Amino acid sequence: MTRHVVATVEEIPPGSRKIVEVGGREIGVFNLAGEFFAIANRCPHEGASLCKGRIVGLVEADEPGSYRFSRKDELVRCPWHGWEFDIRTGKSWCDPRRTKVKSYDIKLEDGDVLAETKLRAETFPVSVEKRYVVIEL
Amino acid sequence: MERAIEKGRRPRMTTDPSASPQGYAGAIDCDLHPAVPGMDVLAPYLDDYWKEMVAVRALDRLNLNLTSYPQNAPLSCRPDWKPKAGTKPGSSLAAMQQHVLDPFQLKLGILNCLYGGQVMHSEDMAAAFCRATNEWIRDTWLDRDSRLRASIVVPAHNTELAVAEIDRVAADRRFVQVLLLVSGEVTLGRRQLWPIYAAAERNDLAIGVHAGSAYRYAPTSVGWPSYFIEDYVAQSGAFENQLQSLISEGVFAKFPRLRVVMIESGLTWLSGFIWRADKTWKGVRAEVPWVTRAPSDILRDHVRFTVQPIDDPDEAEGLQRLIDHLKSDELFLFSTDYPHWQFDGDAALPSGLPRTLVRKILRDNPLAAYPRLADSVGKPQAEVHA
Repeated sequence: MTRHVVATVEEIPPGSRKIVEVGGREIGVFNLAGEFFAIANRCPHEGASLCKGRIVGLVEADEPGSYRFSRKDELVRCPWHGWEFDIRTGKSWCDPRRTKVKSYDIKLEDGDVLAETKLRAETFPVSVEKRYVVIEL
Repeated sequence: MERAIEKGRRPRMTTDPSASPQGYAGAIDCDLHPAVPGMDVLAPYLDDYWKEMVAVRALDRLNLNLTSYPQNAPLSCRPDWKPKAGTKPGSSLAAMQQHVLDPFQLKLGILNCLYGGQVMHSEDMAAAFCRATNEWIRDTWLDRDSRLRASIVVPAHNTELAVAEIDRVAADRRFVQVLLLVSGEVTLGRRQLWPIYAAAERNDLAIGVHAGSAYRYAPTSVGWPSYFIEDYVAQSGAFENQLQSLISEGVFAKFPRLRVVMIESGLTWLSGFIWRADKTWKGVRAEVPWVTRAPSDILRDHVRFTVQPIDDPDEAEGLQRLIDHLKSDELFLFSTDYPHWQFDGDAALPSGLPRTLVRKILRDNPLAAYPRLADSVGKPQAEVHA
């Protein structure tokens, strides 16, 4: 398991995302109201850049004509065919058991802690004053 | 025309036991068409007002056959089932017995009466004629052959009157289904029709959707056709539209026990349809969030199809391919479509189907589709023919 520093926390404000490359893989890092999640930027359906899709909420219904809207901005819709994926888990809405995108563990670390562990960002310098997004894979 | 059709047909084997008349013994025929011979048979069931209107407006001079089934179109009656000139095909119980009920040794047959009452523009007149038709079916057919069951015909474009007729007739459990035409006034999923589905569900009645149009709109989705061939071929498109409407509008989410039987819909369009419906649903399901399963899953639980016509050059192969695509051998129900001309001889089912599948189509699947038929099975008195 290797840890990779991929962004500063302030780069990805709540409701936004950043697509990063780690070890040749594109990964989407999402900030859901202060919680960070990461999923592969490749739709398991036909390989589109999933993480560039529209970020949406969860729509459910107790019966026809009732629209229950929850989990605002916690799903991403693939830009090609509109399949919805749960940003927290990587599972698709339509077929959560079999159709899912890989999700990665994310940690937020302070710059001074990273400096102590000699972990370096691959693309930018780590400053002790900042807080960083770290992906383990 | 007849000659050309006969020549074009491949010879049917009758040596295969599954396709021989004996092989059909105990089958349940889910599509028989009794014809209202004329206004005189309905008149006794009309109240004084409508009796007078029949005379005053000369309604008795009208044929009132559905336009979708022109009397002389080859499809409307098989040549060897044609009655003597001047008589409507399907108007004689004796003929129906002689042509299908007896030789096929049917256990039960479901009557789907196609008649103008269902499509009249006047809601009250439609209700009066549907009511009379149901009474006539009961007295002239059901009471005279214990193998027969029937669909309730309703004025579908007035939901309130349709529901009243369903609730009135449903007390007689020989009525097993509510009959709608595939092309009426609105798409079948619309909420204005839901009381009809609620009435069907609470009375253990299936909803039968039969080919045919009330001609409120062009029967094709691209405009009015010029010829019968265009009209008849377009029917399967209407079935696709209605199936998608029923699923998308949430009818099966609202009525979880409802069964819909597509009658004379053709079958082979289902493969492409269900692929397209499932695929599209995955991308846009948020607009119909009550559709929580793939359309194909919903179809398997709620929708059944009669097997005439199949619409495949090799019907046995086509049927088995469909079963493979739809992942179920429980969707198809036996039908002769009598007196319509869908097959020759006794090849109501293609030969070469596995025996277990034949049994399901002939009997198990119809019994599962129509809850009320369970009343008739295993009771000795149902065996006695009038």
